[in-house]
Amino acid sequence: MNQIAFLGAIESGLIFGLVAFGVFLSFRILQFPDLTVDGSFPLGAAVSATMIVSGFDPWLSTFVAAIAGAGAGLITAWLNVRLKILHLLASILTMIALYSINLRIMGRPNVALLGEQTVLTPFEVGALPYYITTPLVFSVIVLIILVALVAFLYSEIGLSMRATGANPRMARAHGINTGRMILLGMAISNALVAIAGSLFAQSQGSADVTMGVGVIVIGLASVIGGEAVMSTRTMLLAIVACLIGAILYRLAIATALNLDMLGLKSQDLNLVTAVLVTAAIVFPGMKRSLTGVFTRGDS
Amino acid sequence: MISLREIVVTFSKGTPLETLALRSVDLDINKGEFVTVIGSNGAGKSTLLNILSGEALADSGHLFIDNEELTRRSTHARAGLVARVFQDPLAGTCEQLTIEENLALACGRGRRRTLSQALNGKLRNRFKEQLERLGLGLEDRLGDQMGLLSGGQRQAVSLLMATLQPAKILLLDEHTAALDPKTAAFVLDLSREIIEEQTLTTLMVTHSMRQALDVGSRTIMMHQGRIVFDVTGKDREGLDVPDLLALFEKRQGESLTDDSLLLSG
Repeated sequence: MNQIAFLGAIESGLIFGLVAFGVFLSFRILQFPDLTVDGSFPLGAAVSATMIVSGFDPWLSTFVAAIAGAGAGLITAWLNVRLKILHLLASILTMIALYSINLRIMGRPNVALLGEQTVLTPFEVGALPYYITTPLVFSVIVLIILVALVAFLYSEIGLSMRATGANPRMARAHGINTGRMILLGMAISNALVAIAGSLFAQSQGSADVTMGVGVIVIGLASVIGGEAVMSTRTMLLAIVACLIGAILYRLAIATALNLDMLGLKSQDLNLVTAVLVTAAIVFPGMKRSLTGVFTRGDS
Repeated sequence: MISLREIVVTFSKGTPLETLALRSVDLDINKGEFVTVIGSNGAGKSTLLNILSGEALADSGHLFIDNEELTRRSTHARAGLVARVFQDPLAGTCEQLTIEENLALACGRGRRRTLSQALNGKLRNRFKEQLERLGLGLEDRLGDQMGLLSGGQRQAVSLLMATLQPAKILLLDEHTAALDPKTAAFVLDLSREIIEEQTLTTLMVTHSMRQALDVGSRTIMMHQGRIVFDVTGKDREGLDVPDLLALFEKRQGESLTDDSLLLSG
């Protein structure tokens, strides 16, 4: 892998770190399997790309994208909390609805951002090449979000949200409005994913209605991968693990696609992802049962 | 004062499994009273408790706490008035959270939660003080996950959590039933100590007649969704388990079923 490919993997790892934060909030904190992500990622891209080509400030566009993502998360949560639709189904409903909405927002299947002002434009004038400045800018953004998210999870409201996912009955007995916590958590989760979609579109130079396919799996792969490589005992460690997982995942994908002897091409990406996620889920358990086999003796 | 007026609760309404869990229950609990509730399985003890906590809502009737109507208020919205310890030690605490985080969560009961940090030095000192009285050494394990504690330890912490913030009534739902005898005695003693100290109005559900008579200031027995007797003060003093069974028999006007004999244990 050359330096550009390596930095490219770091760059998308940072973006998918945000997706992993969102997936961590829904799947791990709230125990809410949320597939809205596949729709809110392109939603963020569509909203910000459309605004940018209409001449809006890229930072404002990214912010509005986050609000739109929060709205998508709220709808999924509302379907579940108020209308009592199964969480997985509720999220699928929002996800497919978003496909139409994203097409409506963009007015066509994709919007090109070549030559437009993005959040990266101000940093392109310096001496450093784009493949170094982009990951640098994204690191700063991701780091700020990481610190804010960890502080939130340690706050009174954040603690209530964690209790809501872990033991809703106990949470209610202690005065926590669990329905409202699910609404809030899902809004934050999908806002983070929409920010990721927005940044992805701005660094790739286009927003496309199909760019959300499989984002949930990448997010989940990052969360599980992070948990596999490091301790997640505290919230800080767990959130850092999401980011590490996302970066490792992108590096693994880049390596797999760059190894000529494997004969893999970019169209194999989703297959490689599915295999990696399966491995990440199965290996920790397999290690345990194998240890059992080897230590059981011959009794 | 806690008042229940003609509370009726039906389970599985409109299905062949329809059962009347509470049939017009009237009950007044005075401030500072410690009521023990006894009855066989399906007598309506847990439903009575759930009506107070908000986990079950009455089909008809009214519930008042200090003249404030709570009949239809959801569990979380009345949590500032009602504190609860569950039967299952795993149900009352969050195993993924640390001991101090569980206690911090309990500190928020009845208060508006904000974005300020849930834990600080002042709170930690307060928790340490509270945990020290348990004598379990938990004051040095504030950062340990709740899941590392034994059932008895978790139930003791649940009790602390329920009593960290003031409440109009404390509900104890067979909270020693899942513990071994020694731990159960420890948790029960701790409960009495805290209840006395804070003069808490308490409702304790139990399935041991012995326990129902030994603790508290008033005992009620439920049977088939009704309160069949209610003893307090002088009538209750010197009452023993056989007297209780005889009283039950007399009020019920029917011979004891195998099920109610189980209660004498």
